Amino acid sequence: MFKYIVKRIVLGIVTIWAVATLTFFLMNMVPGGPFLSEKAISPQATAALEAKYGLDKPMSQRYFTYMTDALKGDFGDSLKQRGRTVTSIITSRFPVSARLGGSCVLVSMILGIPLGCIAALKRGKFADSLISVVATCGIAVPSFVICTVLMYFLGVKLAILPTIGLDSIKHYIMPVAALSFYPTAYIMRLMRSSMLDVLGQDYMRTARAKGLAGGVILFKHALRNAILPVITYVGPMLAYTITGSFVVEKIFVIPGLGGEFIKAINGRDYTMIMGTTIFLATLVIIMNVFVDIAYKIVDPRIKLK
Amino acid sequence: MKENALSFQLKLKPEDFIPATEEEKQSQVIMRESVSFWKDGMRRLRKNKVAMVSLVVIILVMIFSFIVPMFYPYSYKEQIKGANNLGPMEYSAGEQERIDAGEKVFPHIFGTDKMGRDYAIRVMMGSRISLLVGLIATGIILIIGSIYGSVAAFFGGWVDLIMMRIVDIIYTIPDILLIVLLKFALDDPLTRLATVPGFSWINVVGSNLISIFLVFALLYWVGMARMVRSQILTLKESEYVTAARALGVGNGRIIKKHLLTNCIGTLIVTTTLQIPSSIFTESFLSFLGMGVAVPLPSLGSLASDAINGMGTYPHLLFIPAILISLIILSFNLFGDGLRDAFDPKLKN
Repeated sequence: MFKYIVKRIVLGIVTIWAVATLTFFLMNMVPGGPFLSEKAISPQATAALEAKYGLDKPMSQRYFTYMTDALKGDFGDSLKQRGRTVTSIITSRFPVSARLGGSCVLVSMILGIPLGCIAALKRGKFADSLISVVATCGIAVPSFVICTVLMYFLGVKLAILPTIGLDSIKHYIMPVAALSFYPTAYIMRLMRSSMLDVLGQDYMRTARAKGLAGGVILFKHALRNAILPVITYVGPMLAYTITGSFVVEKIFVIPGLGGEFIKAINGRDYTMIMGTTIFLATLVIIMNVFVDIAYKIVDPRIKLK
Repeated sequence: MKENALSFQLKLKPEDFIPATEEEKQSQVIMRESVSFWKDGMRRLRKNKVAMVSLVVIILVMIFSFIVPMFYPYSYKEQIKGANNLGPMEYSAGEQERIDAGEKVFPHIFGTDKMGRDYAIRVMMGSRISLLVGLIATGIILIIGSIYGSVAAFFGGWVDLIMMRIVDIIYTIPDILLIVLLKFALDDPLTRLATVPGFSWINVVGSNLISIFLVFALLYWVGMARMVRSQILTLKESEYVTAARALGVGNGRIIKKHLLTNCIGTLIVTTTLQIPSSIFTESFLSFLGMGVAVPLPSLGSLASDAINGMGTYPHLLFIPAILISLIILSFNLFGDGLRDAFDPKLKN
């Protein structure tokens, strides 16, 4: 177990390095630069700015400077938001995204797992059909559609919920609803199919035959086995919703990391792009390791190697 | 020969070698025609009502977006004077005069947008773009993913390790970053390529659209590659692969003729389910203003443009939103139907 985790961490570091390198060269090869879009800036001023941030040096030299600084934990200053370091921007924006994404994951698990179980247990009955229809629609409707529909009815027509920002509990309702629609539907489907699979196993019949209580069978035998695919899905999803809520952040004007990232990419804020990419890649890798460990705890039969 | 009571010798008599009568031959004929994998799958697919309805919806949407625009009296970039922000089935003042004069004017079924363009044709063009992106990008993804995945699985060992590490790395980079960077990186070479004789078709399709195809293809083949790899890993242990190798068949031919053809069911299903997810991603990108370029509409950009006027002209938002959900839903349901019909694990 310990050896496995060490191996995963080493592999993760290599992956992060590869991601950073790839991003660095790709980003610098793309035409355009951070100071090109600014209006009324003379060539001398551009040159001066480039010299200040070291952009006039050859690419390989910049790469080594950046990498050695990054190893020391210094991700540089933002090229666009003068006077702010990349680290300070990320630490101020990430908690907003994390709160939003975290509540989304919680909501979709709290709704998705029980509903999926109910659908499987009542297979072929009305409840099953209803849940399946909802789940299929949930997968088909893009989140921006849900956002706008919610905003139109609850925010504009009825005006019962605020449409902008993320200041109070009320502000969370619409963005979280829009963001957790897809994962909830996905978890429902996943849970239903894996539960059906488990319910057909021999050990379920054995458990019933030896007269165990329904609750014990459901939670100890069925749920624990059926939940494995959901765990596999939730790990990457957590990383994705924490960071990937660009659309929802844009519509509800939420100052999260996603919007900041898009702004950085469009403005060629090189240091900001690098910092955010490394941060996100690390997050994804950590989540994957956690998933593997959770897997091991839920299902002791699994051998990590 | 002397018969030994304890021996297991066959005791054959001359009568055993008499030719069989017609009646005996008839009894040996297999009564039911053998059902091939395809026929069996198609039969099960046809029985699936949901899948058939989705197929009909897909065909209708395709007619709506590829054939109807050819006969439609308006064009997607034509701005009709004085016809700004009309509601569905309304006419502008000028058109109303012409109708009063006895002329026939084709109605604006979905109204017009704020620039006075007929909205119905824009929605048709938008769904055409979305479908094109879904189909073509998925086609490229299928080719790259299946070749990459099968090569990695077939050669195994170090090749597999390195190739799958690359897949992991692409998986870890946030896709929005790659999409935007690749789009910018591809834009310049594509416009330059369009001036080269023989490549002028790039201007017809639009370099922007081509770069979306390429970006999707370069990005989303990783899922397909993983899928194919896991299939090939089990298939390559089969006896027929050993037999083929013993007969001296080359690696390329084994992959092409024996391995890929044997996981074609999975390939078809994964491809069908990849189409809606490509459409999904394209609509996201267009919604964020990073999709197809301006005069060309896509369903995502139509919805995005309509958001600001949501309070006054909600139909401009709801029509593309409903259509895109319908397209994704029917592709998903059809893909599910295909999986139920062709996945051998789900048989019975």
